[in-house]
This record gives sequence, C-alpha cells and structure tokens, in this order.
Amino acid sequence: MYSRLYKLAISLPPLAWVILFLLVPYALMFAHSFWLTQDGVILHSWNLHQYAEFFSNPLYAAVFFRTLRIAASVTLLCLLLGYPLAYFLSFHAGPRKELLYQLVIVPLWVSYLVRGYAWKTILGTDGVLNGALQYLHITHEPVSALLYSPFSVVLMLTHIYTPFVFLPIYASLEHIPRPLLEASHDLGANPRSTFFRVILPLSMPGLLAGATFAFVLTLGDFLAPLLVGGSSSTMIANVVQSLFGAAYDWPLGAAISVFILVITVGLLFFTERLEKRWTFQ
Amino acid sequence: MSAAASPSPGTTLLEVRAVSKRFGEKEVLKTLSLDIAQGEFLTLLGESGSGKTTLLRLIAGFEAPTSGEIWMSGSRLDTLPPYKRRVNTVFQHYALFPHLSVRENIAYGLRANNTPKSEIAPRVEQAIAMVRMSEYLNAKPTKLSGGQQQRIALARALVNRPQLLLLDEPLSALDANLRKEMQAELKSLQREVGITFLFVTHDQEEAMALSDRIALLKDGGLEQIASSREIYARPATAYTAQFIGQTNLLRGVARSGIADCGALHFPTGAPDGPVLFSLRPESISLAAGAPQPPDAAKFRATIRQQFFGGSTELLELSCGNNQILRARIDARGPLSGENDFVFPASAAIPVKESS
Repeated sequence: MYSRLYKLAISLPPLAWVILFLLVPYALMFAHSFWLTQDGVILHSWNLHQYAEFFSNPLYAAVFFRTLRIAASVTLLCLLLGYPLAYFLSFHAGPRKELLYQLVIVPLWVSYLVRGYAWKTILGTDGVLNGALQYLHITHEPVSALLYSPFSVVLMLTHIYTPFVFLPIYASLEHIPRPLLEASHDLGANPRSTFFRVILPLSMPGLLAGATFAFVLTLGDFLAPLLVGGSSSTMIANVVQSLFGAAYDWPLGAAISVFILVITVGLLFFTERLEKRWTFQ
Repeated sequence: MSAAASPSPGTTLLEVRAVSKRFGEKEVLKTLSLDIAQGEFLTLLGESGSGKTTLLRLIAGFEAPTSGEIWMSGSRLDTLPPYKRRVNTVFQHYALFPHLSVRENIAYGLRANNTPKSEIAPRVEQAIAMVRMSEYLNAKPTKLSGGQQQRIALARALVNRPQLLLLDEPLSALDANLRKEMQAELKSLQREVGITFLFVTHDQEEAMALSDRIALLKDGGLEQIASSREIYARPATAYTAQFIGQTNLLRGVARSGIADCGALHFPTGAPDGPVLFSLRPESISLAAGAPQPPDAAKFRATIRQQFFGGSTELLELSCGNNQILRARIDARGPLSGENDFVFPASAAIPVKESS
C-alpha cells in the first residue's frame, strides 16, 4: 500500500494543472459572461445583458447559423471521403494496407498553418488552380470566387479533418470479426446487403466519433476563415476572437463562448450515448 | 422440409472432382475427389493442416479452387458466389451478429433471400424450438453461453433449409460434458431434418460417434473414406489405423502363408515379402480361461504396465527384442509377469505403409 503522502505527492501536479489551466479559466470566463463593459472598463455587476445582446442581435445569429452550416458541410464531406477510404483500406487494400495507412496519417504531421497557406496558393487568383484552368482554356481570366468564400473554408477544413474522421472509422472496421462477413454471405446476403446490415451498423461507433471530431473542431475553428475565408465566411470563433481582442468586450465574448461550450458539451454527451447504443461485445 | 423437393436418400448430392487448392507455394489440397450422398452425415477428419477446413471453405464458397470442380445436385457449384449457394455453415466460433437479437440472427438468411414476411416469424419460431432455445428469442447473442450460442448458430443455418449443412469444428469450443450432449443433439437433429451434414473435426472419437461415413484427410489428400465401422475395422493404411482408435502395427515378412512379425507368428493370405499389419488392442486376450478362436495365434509376453479403465484394462506387453504391444482386456484384477496371449489371426489387418 502506498502512503497517503505518496498518493498526494503524485496526484498534486496534475491536479494543480487542471485547476490552474482549466477550471480557473472556465470560472473566469463564466463570471465574465455575467458582467458588463462601460467606457472600456469591465464592471463586476451581475446581469444577463450579454446573453440578451447575443440572442437579440440578428448579426450574431447569422454568423452562428453560418458556422453550423459550414460545420455540417465539413462533417458530411469528411464522412463521404473518410468512410470509403477507411473501407477500402480495411477490406481491399491487401498487402499495401500499412503503406496506405501511413500515407493517410502523414498530413497530420504537417502544421495546420502550412496546410492553410497551401490552399491559399492553390485557390488564389494567381494560384495553381486558376493557372491550370487558364492553361487548359477552360477559363479566360482568374476565377476569384475560389478563394475567400465559405466554399474555400469548407474545402480547407475538409482536407484537414478527413484523417481525423478516417481514423476512428478505420479502427472500428478493423474490429469487425471477418467471420461475420462470411456468415452474412453464407446466409444469402450479397455484398451490398452485407454492407448495410452488418458492416455499417458495426462501424457506427467509429462513424459517430469521426463525425463528432469534424463537427466540434470546425465549430471552434477561427484560422480557416482568417486564411482562406474572408469577410463572407466569418465564423462564430472569429467573433469571439475580435471581441476579446480589438473590441475589448470580454463579457460579450465570454457569453458567446459559454453558449458554444454548452452546445459542444451537449453534442458530445449526445453522441457518446449514441455510440454506447451502437457498441456491442 | 418438403419431401418432394429433396432427392431420395442415397443419390449423390455433392461431387468434389479433382479439386486442388494452393495458397502461394503451399499446396493445401492435392487433387481430391469425394462424393457426398443425399441425407448422409459425412465427417472430414484430419489433423490441423490436413486441408479439411480448406475443403469446407471451398464448398461454402469462401475460397475458390485452384483447379477441379465442385458440383451439387447436377449443377456447377464452385463458380457461384457463397450467397447464391444452397449451403449453410455453422462456424467454429459461431459468428453470430452481435448487433442483432437472437430472433434477427435467425431471420437473417430468410430476409436476405426475400422470404415473404408472413413466413419468417413461424419459421424462426420453428427453428428455435428445434434447438430448444425458444425462451431466448429476444436475447442478445453476446449474453448467451457458448453452448447456447452454438444452438442459435445451428438454428440460424437450418432455418434456410439448405441442401447441405457445413459444420466447421462446431463443438471444439465447448467443454467435454457439453460436447457429448451436443453430439447427441446434433445426431438426432440431423435425423429429424434429413439435411445432409458435412462435419469437420480433428477428434476421431467424435467422428466415429456421429458419422455415417468418415473421410480421413492427410496432407491435403484423401487417405481413406468409409463408414465409421468399416474404417475402424478395415483401415487401409498404417496412418488410418493409428489415427482412428488405437492399434498395434506389426511389421514383418510373410513366407509361404505364415506372417513372421517379431514374437508373433500367424497364418496370412499375403504373398511372400515384407508385410505390415494393424492389430487392435481389444483383439488380444489372455490365453488362460478365454475361449480359443479356431485361427488363434498364441504368443508369450511380459506385462510391463497395467492401466485400469473401469470395465476394461489396458496392458502394455513386452515380447522381447523391443517389441511392445498394447492389449485391452476385460477388467480382471492386477496381473504381472509372463503370460500367454491369443488373438484371432483374422484380426491382424494388412495395411499399406503411409506415404
């Protein structure tokens, strides 16, 4: 048995870490959301003014719904790319499986910023894509709509988060006992029917985990709109960032943060329950 | 089971014609041919690596033969995908779908084959009643014990009324008592439904207890195929004699109608030259008190060990010159020293040397 002192000594550093860098900031943010700013000074008087402002101003609602739309699009596209990729690797890649798996993982080692800038050089008016389009005489002048639109944000984030969606799906496909597929064929189900009645249900936990990754990470993203999005694709995290920065309206920024936090936690709670429903063994 | 749909017993249901299977450099089946009769219980018996499971997988359609053909009821089988074959499999580890209830597991094949909805429920209920698991219809298979999962796997396969049921060592994961119980159930179930069973096992006792015929496989080839009694009584090769039951192999020479195998000398029909015989331990008995068969061959041996086995005992006999024989006699109390033993010369079966 370890002494109480020893237990205290090893649990103190992580505990201090969690308190100092998680609980205290959350408490501060929570407190700020119920305070006020007046003439550039934060007043510590408790009220719901910030929440009222957020919910009544249609500008915030528009940004919030745009963020949801972008997050939903990214999630859907990541699933449409990640699931078939994971399926192919798990069931049909044969001896090249390991190599292909590594190739999917490699982009994760490249900095987020580098990948963002890469899309800028691809999509820009002087970019690789426009150059190619003109060279092939498909267009005669640069298409400016490629960059600085919600489209480019969705494109960039889909590229970045597809491996995150791929990984849990691949893991859950790898866990399906192969005799189950043989049993399904043996009982008269063709490959299509086997996919929908055995493979898809059994990979549901991975699919949900991947979709949650993509959705939640996109919901809180502020770099993609800054790099490739422009003003037409401002997302909710950009609003928070500017409120905490240039606008110096910490209480409103905190209120929006609390709102996003509540939505995220609710979503995680919901998908975790769904995942449990779909987990067998 | 409608009697009209299935051909009469005795006719050939499945023909394996010169099938071979190669995985890379390894030849797992070597031009093997085999017929399965309608309604029979045939066992593929062999050690691990003998090719028995591979042959089963070729018939199920999970693997394609490298050469040769498989025919069922007069049409080519090996070119069909598994989901178009009227063959169902009971897998070694059951392979029940964990996300489906017992009911949905059993109905899986009926749904896949677009059976009318009104027919599914009664057939599922009939199938589960057959394996006496009706009260578990709504359970999840992961909550069931091994023996119970085994029964569900059987019901899931049988509900489709296959022409041929393949069983891949289905009892190997069960403990000894449950195994015996399931053996008895399998046997009576097979009689009841009249479906042809192709059973794979490495357990020769299980094979003998269950099968109408046994096909013994060795290194991807068919060593011998015969009824359980025939293959035990008249093994064709030394390998068969040793694999199925216990035996004494007698090596020696025949000279003008007399076999000369160490301490044993007995009349034989074999032509002059080297000979090999299989003599089952139970064919040997103590000379004292035993009724002498007309063709009795007598020999003298020292009892080295005695193993009591309830109604019988196993004796380990030394006949000199390092010749050891085993004899199984009726239990009769402790024995020792030199004794005279007899066996009917006809019980020494000439066998071929195995390759």
